[in-house]
Amino acid sequence: MSSTTDFPAPAPEETQDPAAEMNASVERAARRERRMQVLMPVAALSSALLLWEFLVWYNEVPHYLIPAPSLIAQTLVTDFATLMDSMWFTVKLTLLSLALAIVGGVLLGMLFALSRTIEVSLFPFAVILQVTPVIAIAPLILIYVHDTFSALLICAWIVAFFPILSNTAIGLRSADHNLRDLFTLYQATPLQRLRFLLVPSALPYFMAALKIAGGLALIGAVVAEFVAGTAGQNTGLASRILESSFRQEIPRMFAALFLVSLLGIVIFLATSFLSKAVLGHWHESEIKRES
Amino acid sequence: MVMESTMTAQAAPAQDAPTLIRMEGVSKRFANGTVAVRDMNLDIREGEFVSFLGPSGCGKSTALKMIAGLLSISAGEITVNGHPPGKGAEQDIGFVFQDPTLMPWATVFENVFLPLRLRGMSRADARDRIEEALASVGLAKFTNAYPRELSGGMKMRVSIARALVTRPKLLLMDEPFAALDEITRFKLNNDVLDLWARHKLTVIFVTHSVFESVYLSSRVVVMAARPGRVSDVVDLPGGYPRTEAYRTTPDYAENCRVVSAALEETMK
Repeated sequence: MSSTTDFPAPAPEETQDPAAEMNASVERAARRERRMQVLMPVAALSSALLLWEFLVWYNEVPHYLIPAPSLIAQTLVTDFATLMDSMWFTVKLTLLSLALAIVGGVLLGMLFALSRTIEVSLFPFAVILQVTPVIAIAPLILIYVHDTFSALLICAWIVAFFPILSNTAIGLRSADHNLRDLFTLYQATPLQRLRFLLVPSALPYFMAALKIAGGLALIGAVVAEFVAGTAGQNTGLASRILESSFRQEIPRMFAALFLVSLLGIVIFLATSFLSKAVLGHWHESEIKRES
Repeated sequence: MVMESTMTAQAAPAQDAPTLIRMEGVSKRFANGTVAVRDMNLDIREGEFVSFLGPSGCGKSTALKMIAGLLSISAGEITVNGHPPGKGAEQDIGFVFQDPTLMPWATVFENVFLPLRLRGMSRADARDRIEEALASVGLAKFTNAYPRELSGGMKMRVSIARALVTRPKLLLMDEPFAALDEITRFKLNNDVLDLWARHKLTVIFVTHSVFESVYLSSRVVVMAARPGRVSDVVDLPGGYPRTEAYRTTPDYAENCRVVSAALEETMK
């Protein structure tokens, strides 16, 4: 058995054992799927933009009716400074109102979960706040609150607050009853019960609420600003849209609109990412299943 | 299942062991008027393996939860290890529910750590005891797994490890294996018998299976429904050590017949 020529040298493709081969093919498929997840939406969006550009050019649509995407992009560049100022204002308003909604919603939600009496007494107020359209309350708030920013903040907060409140209250109540018994059996203190049982149980509900409230905070901020008009000097994207509409500057309207959408998308992605980071390792909603 | 080779042999509980649980005239009436348990009298000695056997609605789970201090007592008195239920300074009861009742967001290690953590023990101090408890149910390699990654039987073992991690005297089990397949259930039956002997536990085991109760227990408390009450108590001191072989002995078959007849009696 000194000679190796008894056995033909394996071809390079066959050097891998079947298991490694299979792993490699699974990985290739996974990579392909990840690529497709990015490529397909990008391709679809690009085609839509190209089609838009082409139709505007082909039909010679005037820019004050429907501007081409290229013109909107150009406006974004030329008006960059003012648009960014407005964007920053809207970002500040949205994030601050969201933060306040989280603080208020979680605190009140805990109170609700703690006591049925408090919930029964206060819930009607929360519902009234929720069902009354913010656009209808906004003028009143603008009259009573002198500082425009604070008034806008209150409006956006009202919209974002309710989902956080109701989901936190439901989430805190949703803890498994046997687990509650277990905590009773081991004589857990109320604080231990909150930290190790109620908060983790409520997290999936809270995360779902956060995704909704993030979008709502932006809507609240924009709607409130529309109602306020261009009253304030330091104003956000909604005022830019309103102002451009008065001046018939349609490309600028589109540019501001684009930034509002972009902001919404970023908020959505951020909250989705956060939800995945927090729940990804255990909650059914964030676990990827193999088919 | 990996079991330590140095097993304490199972033996019938001593007749003269001190009483661990005393139930005197215990009744439970729920707010909706249902009488779940009526006038229950029972003494359980240290080292006994007692099954509560009965049809649905006979109050066997209610009785167990009252012993654990999870339900209030409407009338009568229960003493557990010298104190009222749930009032001991040190928690000396382990409880296994029908569902594994694990925290889905926590690993196996964290789940078993829970009782010690609630007692204020640090992770470092608890590590040895947690690993020991997990090893005793054959799950030493699964400390970092999440519950959803485990099978039903394995989840139940984690639940048992969690109940044992505080080294309790008393282990209360509320139909723990009812939802499992028979192969897994037989395995876990043997495991529970081993743990009972090794840790010198007193076990109260709620079940609606005649065969399970006869296989496991040194005494079967047969209960009747509407209102829930004790209808018969059957002593089963023989057959130790109980292994798979016991399931096919004439002794086992005869015990099953006696207990079945007692259970039949409650249905009349």
